[in-house]
Amino acid sequence: MRPPEGFPAGLIQRGAEPKVKIAVCLKRVPDTTSKIVIAADRASIDEAGLKFVPNPYDEFALEAAIALKEKAGAGETVVVALGGDSVQETLRQGLAMGIDRAVHLQSAGSPDALEVAKVLAAELKEGGYDLILFGKMAVDDYNHAAGPMVAELLGLPCVTAAVKLEVAGGALEAEREVEGGVEVLAASLPAVVTCDKGLNNPRLPALKGIMAAKKKPLDVKPVTLGAAQFSVTGLELPAERKAGRIVGEGPDAVAELVSLLRNEAKVI
Amino acid sequence: MNVLAVLEQRDGALRKVSHEVLAAARRLADASGGSVHALVLAAGDVAGLDQLGRFGADVVKVATHDAFVLGSPDAATAAAAQPGYGAVLLAATAQGRDLAPRIAARLGAPVATDVTELAVEGGKVVITRPVYAGRALQRATLSGPVAVISVRPNTFAPVESGKAGAREDVTVPAFTPRVTVKALKKPDAAKLDVSEASVVVSGGRGLKEPQHFALVEDLAAAFGNAAVGASRAVVDAGWRDHGEQVGQTGKTVSPQLYIAIGISGAIQHLAGMRTAKTIVAINRDKDAPIFKVADYGVVGDLFEIVPRLTEEVRKLKANA
Repeated sequence: MRPPEGFPAGLIQRGAEPKVKIAVCLKRVPDTTSKIVIAADRASIDEAGLKFVPNPYDEFALEAAIALKEKAGAGETVVVALGGDSVQETLRQGLAMGIDRAVHLQSAGSPDALEVAKVLAAELKEGGYDLILFGKMAVDDYNHAAGPMVAELLGLPCVTAAVKLEVAGGALEAEREVEGGVEVLAASLPAVVTCDKGLNNPRLPALKGIMAAKKKPLDVKPVTLGAAQFSVTGLELPAERKAGRIVGEGPDAVAELVSLLRNEAKVI
Repeated sequence: MNVLAVLEQRDGALRKVSHEVLAAARRLADASGGSVHALVLAAGDVAGLDQLGRFGADVVKVATHDAFVLGSPDAATAAAAQPGYGAVLLAATAQGRDLAPRIAARLGAPVATDVTELAVEGGKVVITRPVYAGRALQRATLSGPVAVISVRPNTFAPVESGKAGAREDVTVPAFTPRVTVKALKKPDAAKLDVSEASVVVSGGRGLKEPQHFALVEDLAAAFGNAAVGASRAVVDAGWRDHGEQVGQTGKTVSPQLYIAIGISGAIQHLAGMRTAKTIVAINRDKDAPIFKVADYGVVGDLFEIVPRLTEEVRKLKANA
């Protein structure tokens, strides 16, 4: 297998030994059920009292990495996160699931996905990874960007929003849902894959894993991000929907409902 | 600024979102005195190219390549990452979300995903987009020579003008095929995706059994242009495919009409459908949270209400 252009040669050749090296990029996000309160700067959220969790889509990536290493029988899994010191707690959650070691890219972060991707790519470039996994999107900023951007910066194949992933013989086959069907994609390793719901069922950390996670290596690397070309100028709560009404009860209300949809809402 | 609108087609038919992307591109171009160039990634003849001028394209660039039979993210990125544009616009679909960050990374540009409003201020693109699963709206300014933007389907209404677009055939620049699309499984061109449909009929746990989704499908069929959606609970239970899930870990939809059947309205579900123009809820529990966002609610047994509604809609459509 020939590594793609621009990728250091010799990183993925490990002879016949069935070993995999997989990186997972993880983001710390507010719990999806938390109430969003706008901060005084009117451009960010008030983090006081918010519960933070690993980005739910990243959990599919963590599970995929752990399962692929288990299948290969040997190798290494690494979880990488960028942010303030609080992300170390999130990284430990990845370690508790079964990831081998963690890298904390210490930074205040950036609203510009490309600047984040550049720092991630720099960390991952020399790592000799067969696979670099992401969640398909972060549920806080709703971007779907980090994975494909890192792939582009490293010159690697990229499959986004995978709901099925099989790795064998230095190549991958994946499926993803698109409008009007399911795409089947193939690429050679190393590659970047972003994970969607449906790929697997992430395991819950067992007590043994949580204890072990405390002793697993966690490297802290301060990083500097470039100037953002994406600047947030405001954040506000969406307008409340105007209160609706109960048209009636039971099937007898249907005639009135249809009349309202036709004459008032004008949607039929 | 000149704006490149990357359109979507499958099997030679332009997707509905293509006209929406053109409408959004037109807005940026008109606000800054520029032109709109439509980019069509074609494998052969594409129907409706002569109509693109009417929908806002000053120039229709047709890039024909065999790689576009099933699609190729690498070929599409090479074709779309062209210098000289102030903005590159795509639809926030599976394809657009896949391509936008690649194009941005290649151009060294910022990307904004799922944009619902856009304008030009002081020569820069300013956007609004939902974040935190629709629980907040973010305003942002994109600086730098070019901005890459995906626009949410069903948000920018197609605008028709009297103009004609000039067709220009372009070649796809050399690219490295890193990912191959081998096949499109379960292709169903007639089946509307929940994120694109103007009417979405969704079912939840109130349907009690997976086979009762036939009620939802029948109502969707009566509308003719409706897609079937599902709550997280029934997707997690394995009744429906994840592709139909509306909400936080599913799809966000903004149809003209959203009908929630037997869905209580968990916060995760509301996040995915609160931007629908009109919401109808049918639920047994009059205190269900879904009624707080619904424009029109009917309380009662869905097994009695839904067949009646289907019948009424069918009658109306037959007389239309």
